[in-house]
Order: sequence, then structure tokens, then C-alpha cells
Amino acid sequence: MTAGSNGGLDEAIGRRRFLGYVLAAPTLVAAAELAPPAPAADARLPSPELTELLDLTDVMTAAALPTSGLISVEVNPDGTVSFALPRVEVGQGITTSTAMLIAEELAVPLERVRVTLADARPELVFNQLTGGSNTTIATYTPIRVAAAIARLRLLAAAAAELGSAVTDLTMKAGMIIDRSGGGIDIGALAEKAASTKTRQVAVELTPRGNFAVIGRPHNRIDALDAVTGRKKFTMDLDIPAAKPTMVCRPPTINGTVGSVANLAEVRTMPGVTDVVVISTGVAVRAETFGQCIDAVRALKVSWKPGTAEGKSDESVLRELEAAELPLGLRPPAPTVEGKFTFYFRSNSALEPNCAVADVRADCAEIWAALKSPIVAQRTIAAKLGLPPSRVAVHVTEGGGSFGRKLFFDAALEAAEVSQKIGKPVKLMWHRADDSRQGRTHPMATSRVRVAYAGGTVLSYKQRHTSVSTDLGHGLGEIITAMAARLPVGDIGFSQTFFHLSQAMSYRFGASSQLLSETDKGFNTGSMRNVYSPDVTCARELIVDQLAARMGKDPYRFRHDFLRDDRSRAVLAKVAEAGGWGRPMPVGTAQGIAFHAEYKAVSAALVEIDCRPETVNRPIRDGVTGPRVTKAVFAVDVGLAVNPRGLEAQVMGCIMDGIALALTSSLHLDNGHFLEASWDNYFYTRQWNTPPELQIIIMPSTSEEPGGAGELGVAASMAAVACAYGRATGTMPTSFPINHGTLSFVPKPTVPPIPQSPADGLNGAR
Amino acid sequence: MPEHTFRVNGEQVTVDVAGDVRLLWVLRDILGITGPKYGCGINVCKACTSHINGRAVNPCAIPVKDLRPTDEVTTIEGLPATVGEDLHPMQQAWLDHDVAQCGYCQPGQIMAAVALVRRVAAEGREITDADLDGLRNICRCGTYFRIREAVKAGAENM
Repeated sequence: MTAGSNGGLDEAIGRRRFLGYVLAAPTLVAAAELAPPAPAADARLPSPELTELLDLTDVMTAAALPTSGLISVEVNPDGTVSFALPRVEVGQGITTSTAMLIAEELAVPLERVRVTLADARPELVFNQLTGGSNTTIATYTPIRVAAAIARLRLLAAAAAELGSAVTDLTMKAGMIIDRSGGGIDIGALAEKAASTKTRQVAVELTPRGNFAVIGRPHNRIDALDAVTGRKKFTMDLDIPAAKPTMVCRPPTINGTVGSVANLAEVRTMPGVTDVVVISTGVAVRAETFGQCIDAVRALKVSWKPGTAEGKSDESVLRELEAAELPLGLRPPAPTVEGKFTFYFRSNSALEPNCAVADVRADCAEIWAALKSPIVAQRTIAAKLGLPPSRVAVHVTEGGGSFGRKLFFDAALEAAEVSQKIGKPVKLMWHRADDSRQGRTHPMATSRVRVAYAGGTVLSYKQRHTSVSTDLGHGLGEIITAMAARLPVGDIGFSQTFFHLSQAMSYRFGASSQLLSETDKGFNTGSMRNVYSPDVTCARELIVDQLAARMGKDPYRFRHDFLRDDRSRAVLAKVAEAGGWGRPMPVGTAQGIAFHAEYKAVSAALVEIDCRPETVNRPIRDGVTGPRVTKAVFAVDVGLAVNPRGLEAQVMGCIMDGIALALTSSLHLDNGHFLEASWDNYFYTRQWNTPPELQIIIMPSTSEEPGGAGELGVAASMAAVACAYGRATGTMPTSFPINHGTLSFVPKPTVPPIPQSPADGLNGAR
Repeated sequence: MPEHTFRVNGEQVTVDVAGDVRLLWVLRDILGITGPKYGCGINVCKACTSHINGRAVNPCAIPVKDLRPTDEVTTIEGLPATVGEDLHPMQQAWLDHDVAQCGYCQPGQIMAAVALVRRVAAEGREITDADLDGLRNICRCGTYFRIREAVKAGAENM
């Protein structure tokens, strides 16, 4: 990159300039507003909607300061560049892609960019929520603006230092070099380029044609830490006196403590320091988590009923039926119809719910992987009776999320325990807790009716009925979170969310897709890709039926009815790369599906083997079932900042889609879920993984990035379902397909967690 | 309180804790060795996989009293030293294939992979798809395909 790359007069005409700031600081700090960036010519007034919202509360005075909502890139004297990302890294690779954006604009090696996660920053209002596959879309421009301003300042400082014109300078590998080849490291300029007062600066961004980092595959910046065990998750933090803490939980969903018969006795158990009743159960703090497990198991608690008392899969299905919206009169034309059932699923990450809390009389400190840290801060402050400004919320890197970390259940609990016992705690949910009392993807049904005549599809109607999805994390800001807790507000928000996320990608005439929700008694949340896997799976299965009825090949039919070239291109790509239509043995088949969301389009082709010798292959304590033997996935997300990271996200989405279609669900029985282990809840394992996998990232058709973290789940699940239907000759209508068979012996609910085995040395391999 | 002596990553350690406390908690809560992760506590998810005397075990299922003073516990932190390098070939393969997503399961995945390759080598054969299917470690991010590729690549250099 050269200084001239943002200079040439003819090139500059028509190119957008962005406003940012250089901040008063001892070293160079350049910043940009994280709010949607506006071209320099635009007025800088906040939108009326935002003003209204701010007027609703008196807590947002800080937001009035012109620089309060900034994100900043800091150049350090050691030549490194620091950036605190107001999002959480949970595996999706955003610290890496963020470092790439900064490395691009500053021409520094990626290794010199230090991306950390910002503490809760209430002044960011809507802008500290990690979700909706939105991080890259929202931060792509602001981060580059900040870095570009730092570049301008460094070039100006270097020009003075080297006695060169800025136009004669080149930035390369963290150095600024003049025409004579003399150079100076950006670290040596960090203080000279600093500003004594905060100033607004206009800047142009590196044009796409000059990208040297963005759009090229890069390995993760935290990979070395991950493979050496040095990567620190919440439970790995060494916070003084924060001792292991667990909670004895009720046998049914959200039950509460009636009384405890042996509190004093359990307090004297080896290693135990504290036992206290809290709102969700009985908390135990001990020297080790092993001793917490012993104490939790020893507690004799009488429990009060929960919020789903007596309910089962069957009773919830009846509730859903009662809440169904009508499909209307059947039109006077041939129709294809179907009703599909999707059972509860767990969005547990491998790292269970956990948090560290140190609550003092007048302040508190929290550490947790939080996707909505501002809401967490406000809610915890309210629970503790402290002003939010006295609650520091540190966002740690998370061991997966899949929607789970949108909520902060463990952080709230940890704060409560710490306050009650007056000591710091390191609180962790047992796996059984995480599975039985943790958040779930709600059970849902989807009804579809399509009418057609000749070669034309006249109408498409889909009525999705679901146990309520808790969207109480709102848009990451306390105002909307409170609105979502109002009955009307929440329904309105869910409907809005549903409509915004469900595109009708096919030319199917008059189309309507509606959501109806019922029953708020379950702990639910937005599991990866939220409504789309179920909605798309139902639609694509019906599309296969429709194609058959109209005498068309499933691929050709989709290709003919998709709305645009970009959509047809991904579909054609998987058909070609996956060898659509190749002869397959009886009991095996291909399936193909399409999904559009997050400004992106995607298509999946899978091959499945449903022959008895495969379905019944022996795996100890594992669900085998049909095997997806090949998966081909094509994705067009617009500009892919890091294609290798995108590929990783798609790979994970494919594994999720396979699990949702074939193996993973929670069984609700008498007010509790039966699953309490990874050998009960059958997420995809190595023996379910397709041995053949190809992920194709389409040449970018856009200047802007789309979302990727959740995109691939829907088409994957749908393609697996379609393949299963074609291999077995029967369209599946209930998911996952093995839900009717309980493949494990449920663990007891009292005590709520199992003891660790003691025979581990026998299994040495 | 009873004392228990064993070796961890090349050093002898003595801990003062009840004998039924599982090794995972002795490592993490007492010794501060946090590479082995908790994912289930019942020897199912394999996130804590480490080695004892070179063989893969799950510390969540081993009472500390079962260890002898000569037993050598190797966690992910001690894996490179077993080959006298900064990184074990399997860790390098993991980097080359950019395997990790969130990274939580990866210490256990790598330790399981190393033990698998050693076992297969002792049997005088190559890694098969069936061997890879037999890896029980959960990766909830679903990076299974890259794990398979990396295990095969790592095996080449072991």
C-alpha cells in the first residue's frame, strides 16, 4: 500500500470519505463511531428514533458526548497496534478478521495487531451485541476508518521525521519507507503521531482493488494459544479467592428451593467453604469443583414446582396445535401440504455456563463470555442493588456459544452467590445442569401449503408455531431488553425478527409466512440460525414434493424458481461440484437445498447412506443412524474478509445441520429434560461426520461483507432431510428423525448431577 | 489431609487433598494447570484428555489417590517437551490446518490424537477412517473434518 493509494485526484472523485477522530492521548489513538458510519457529507445528527429511545431514559447522558460511542485503534511504542473489540469471540473468528481489517489499513503484519475484548460499555447502546451473524457487517467500515486515520497520522509524522513528502512514503510490514529506502517503524512514531487534542478527521479507505490482507485466507490469531492450552477461558482465570462454586438445581425446569434439611452438615464436608440458598437452587463453594460435586449431591432439598411442571413432548405438541394460525381456505387448485415437528434442542456449548464474580459492598466485578454485556451489567446491577457504573463487566473469550451466551444466566447467579456469601466465586454449571436447565431451541411445528397450476406456483403459505423464543437480550441494550419483557413488546419483537430473517427466495406467487408463539415456561433462546433451520427444512421438503408433483428434477426445479442469478449460481455450483444426479445405490441418495439470509446466499448438496449395515453400525453409547457420506456447500457472503474462517464457520454449520436433521434433540418428560450428558444429547460426532466435505466460497459479488456465523445451518439441515426422504422413499416429518427412539438410560434428577467415575485408569489407551 | 505424589509434565508434585478428588480438579483447581478442560465430568466428552505414562486418560475419572509417585501425567502444556520441541508435530498439524474454532476442546482433541497415532503405530498400520470415527472427543463447533485432516497430517510427522 502506498500513501498515493488514497490520493490520486481522479481516483478520489466519487469515492466515499468517512469521518473519524484522532483522540487526545500520549500515544496515537485513532477512532471512529461504531454507530452506522455516514459519509462525510451527511449530517451528524442522531436519527429521530434513536433520540426518542434515549429520551425514554435518563441514563444515557454519556451518549450525548460526541466521542462516547467510539472504537479506537491505538498504536503503541513497541510497534504493536491495540484494539478492544466490543463483541465477544466465541469461536467464530472475529478477533482474527478484525485484526485483518486493521492490518490492511495500517500495513502492519497481523502478528502485531492485538485484539482484546472490550468490557461492557453502556455508552455503545445498541452496539455491543454479538449476534445475528452481524459482527463483520457492523464493524467492517468503522474499524477500517479508525485504522485509516491512524495511517494518515503516522504518514504525516513520518514525513516530518524523514523530511519527505507524504506522497513519497510507502507503508509496508509496520514500517514507513521513503524513496531513498530509509524507513522508520510505526512504533517509533506512536508518540510523535499522537494528538494533544481530540480532532475530527476525514479519511478514505483502501480501495478494494488494493487489498492485500482482506479477502485472503488467514489462520486464526489465537490458534497457537488454543493448541498449547494457553488460551484462557473464564474458568481458567486466576482471580484471587474466586473458589469453585456449583449450584444444586431442581429436578424440574425452573423449580425453586422449598427447604434444605442438611445445610449445616454439608457445610462441614471436606473442602466446602460455603453453602447458601439462592434464587435458582443451593450454591456450594469449595476448594475444588470435585468437592462441589460431592456437596451438591449430598444436599437434601425439598423443591417447589417449576415453570413446566408435568409437561412432556406430547403435551407441548398439543399446546402448539392450539396456538396454530389458520392456513386459510384451500385454493381451487392442486396443492402440496405438509406439517413438520421439530423437538426441543440444546444450544449448550462445550464450555458450560460459567462466570467469575467478586461482589463487594459498594462495587462488583464480573468475568464471563457475554454476547450482551450491557444488558448483563444493568441486570446484575439491579439484582445487587448497585449503580451500573459500580459493576465492571469483563468480557472473556468463550468456548462456543451457538446462541447460549446471548444470555448471562451464570453471571447473574455468580453475582448473587458472591453477594450472599461475601466472597469471590468461580461458578460453573455441571454438564447435566447445562443440558437440563440451560437454554433450548424451542419446540416448533411448521405447516406449509403450496398451490400450483401447470408449470406455475400460485401461492406459498407457511405457518410456524413455536414455544416462545426468549429474545430478552433484546438488541443488546437495556431499553429494548425491558421492552421485550412486556408481553406485547416481546411478541412484536419475535414477529419482527421472524419476518426479517425469513426471505422467500423462490418465485412462488403470493407468499406468506407467519409465526405464532406460545408458552413462556421454558428456558429458550436464539440457537444458531434461530428460526431458519426449521422453517427452511419444512420449505425445502415441500419443494421436493412440489417438484415431484410437477414432474421436475429437484435441482432443476429450484434453479428454475429461484429469484436471482446470485442464488442460482450457488445452487448450480453445488450441483456441479457434487455430481448431482449421479447414479446411487438403493438406500442412498442425494439431497439439495437453498437458503438466503444475512445478505448472503447458500446451497448444500449432501449424500446420505440409509442402508441397514450403515444405520446399525456399532458405536458404544453413540447414535449411529444414517450417515451423511458427502457434503458440498457453496456460499456467497459478498466480500469474505477471511475465507479460511468462513470455511470453518460453514463446516460447523454443516455439522449442526446434520445433528438437527438426524440425531440431536431433548426429550421433555414430566417437567424436565431427560438428557444430562453428551452421550445423551447426540450432537454430531466423528462417526457422524461426512468423510467427504467440500466448501466452496463463491467469488465475491459485493463490496460489503455479509454474515456467516449461522448461515450454513439451514441449507445443511434441509439438504440432509431431503436426502433422507429420497433415500428412504418417505418424506420425514419429525425432527430429528431418531427422536422417537430413546437411545440412552436417563440419569436421575435427584441428586441433580452424576458423580464422576473413578475407573479412569482402566480406560488408558 | 493425605498427601499424594506424582509427576506432572516432567516435575514431581505433591498435593494435600482428599484422595477421592479427581485428577482434573487437582490439576486445574490446585496446581493451576488449566489446559485440560471440563466438559462433562463423567468421562464422556473427552475435553480433559491427557496422558498418563504416554497413554490417553481422562483425569475427570481418576481419583488422585490412584496415582503412584512414578506416574507421569502429561497435559497439553507438557506435550511439546515429550519430543523436545516447542511444538509437538500434532500441534503443528493443528496450526497448519487451522483446526481450532473456539478452541475449548482442542487440548483434549490433540492429546487423544497423539495417543491414537501411537497406538496405531504400535500395531504397525496406518490411520483409517474407522480409527478417526472412533475418536469420541466432542467438538461442539463442529470442526471434525479439519480434525481428521490434521490427525492424518500429524501422524506423518510423528
